[in-house]
Amino acid sequence: MTDSATHRAIDAVWRMESAKLIAGLARIVRDVGLAEDLAQDALVAALERWPESGVPENPGAWLMATAKHRAIDTLRRSALLDRKRDEIGREIDAQREFTALDLDVAMDDDVGDDLLRLVFVSCHPVLSAEVRVALTLRLLGGLTTDEIARAFLVSEPAIAQRIVRAKRTLREARVPFEIPRGDARAARLSSVLEVIYLIFNEGYSATAGDDWMRPALCEDAQRLGRILAELSPNDPEVHGLVALMEIQASRSRARVGPSGEPILLLDQNRARWDQLLIRRGLAALERAERLGGALGPYALQAAIAACHARARTPEATDWLRIAALYDALAELSPSPIVELNRAVAVSMAFGPAAGLELIDALASEPSLESYHLLWAVRGDLLAKLGRLDEARTQFERAASLTRNARERALLLERAADASLTSATSL
Amino acid sequence: MRFMIMVKANKDSEAGVLPSNELLAEMGKFNEELVKAGVLLAGEGLQASSKGARVKFSGAKRTVIDGPFTESKELIAGFWLWQVKSKEEAIEWVKRCPNPMPGTESEIEIRQVFEADDFGP
Repeated sequence: MTDSATHRAIDAVWRMESAKLIAGLARIVRDVGLAEDLAQDALVAALERWPESGVPENPGAWLMATAKHRAIDTLRRSALLDRKRDEIGREIDAQREFTALDLDVAMDDDVGDDLLRLVFVSCHPVLSAEVRVALTLRLLGGLTTDEIARAFLVSEPAIAQRIVRAKRTLREARVPFEIPRGDARAARLSSVLEVIYLIFNEGYSATAGDDWMRPALCEDAQRLGRILAELSPNDPEVHGLVALMEIQASRSRARVGPSGEPILLLDQNRARWDQLLIRRGLAALERAERLGGALGPYALQAAIAACHARARTPEATDWLRIAALYDALAELSPSPIVELNRAVAVSMAFGPAAGLELIDALASEPSLESYHLLWAVRGDLLAKLGRLDEARTQFERAASLTRNARERALLLERAADASLTSATSL
Repeated sequence: MRFMIMVKANKDSEAGVLPSNELLAEMGKFNEELVKAGVLLAGEGLQASSKGARVKFSGAKRTVIDGPFTESKELIAGFWLWQVKSKEEAIEWVKRCPNPMPGTESEIEIRQVFEADDFGP
């Protein structure tokens, strides 16, 4: 194997093993930052030795053994041991000295629980959302700071800084390395899901010409979601989020036209939807519903996405069900955007007049005033109702608000159509 | 990126010999690891080629040939579809796979799946 081939193999092994490694070490040393440093030391050792010795038979075990030795050295050498003893108390304190055997026993405990602890700590609310995102990709996704920087269009030192700060914050706040229980768990879990969905959406909003690391974030998020679904199989919202991401990702081939223009859901070529991801998404949604989580915010959004995914043609869409799901979502997490989507669904289910009523209630919403889609939808509903003069001004207003040139052209076209039709019908 | 991982057939799989319970259990464990790592998208075992067929194309002509087919090495006994970060990651996972055909020489082939981007804008 050439050196560069070995390095690529080490990269792959690192991606597969680093989260487990860091999680196992974090439980021993009770400090995620120190655990990552120890794991990095093991990686450096591998980079030194493997090009000569070859990649070992069981590279994960090699990294773990090396990191454990570093852990023992570090704990013995530094005064940290005593300090840690004081901090951690009984369980470790009882053992006067760390031995390799103790570590072995401790490490072989449930790896899954350690990983889940690491997930909760990386997404701890004491950290800001952008810091949580960077730390999660680094510790659980196995991404390098350089990869994270490229994906988020930020400089590498900025990301490195975020991670350093994150580790310090966790240490200073004495965030325990544990799985939250009881009521706290639901709140903490929603913080985890938020981070994963943020990562997904960052990738989903990538456009043609972006660094490939950006769209790859969708896959990173999907993978994190799937891992979490196995770590915490009884939390319905985890499956709801997985379902939502799989179904949204199923449309990625169909949502952009040949020259990079966005294609709206109802105009997409459904033959280009990825049926494998749709099947996986529907299965995950079913899991969420079986666990009694049909009304969770992610499960509801996934259920709406599933209605579209199940429809072979746009005409076959079950708009009654979508409108009902938006009703539930609006009640659960009300927002102007949800309300706008609800209005569209209602207009499809019950006719343009019913939708317009909801839109008109929204028109005074300050946060939507400069949102072009509100006026585009209003124009569309007015046009359907034959109120063409009003429709024209709405399309023009929408056109003046969008920053997308192609969209503007389309809206002006509709405005022109409206005035033309209204003139000929006179 | 996605890879298709193909387990090549051999005499036994072509003869319809079923894997031992031991191998099935090991494969089950391996599949579980793949699921836990968020890697496994799909996978199936395939029946012997005697239960399959080929359709040959020559210009406008189509000729159906029923199995079995010889050259079992060129045949596939099962496949997975994985989502991984690199070819090297796929290789590392395959190296961890239990020997699919214990007792005989066998092979697993790794092929990258085309993505929308590969066709250019």
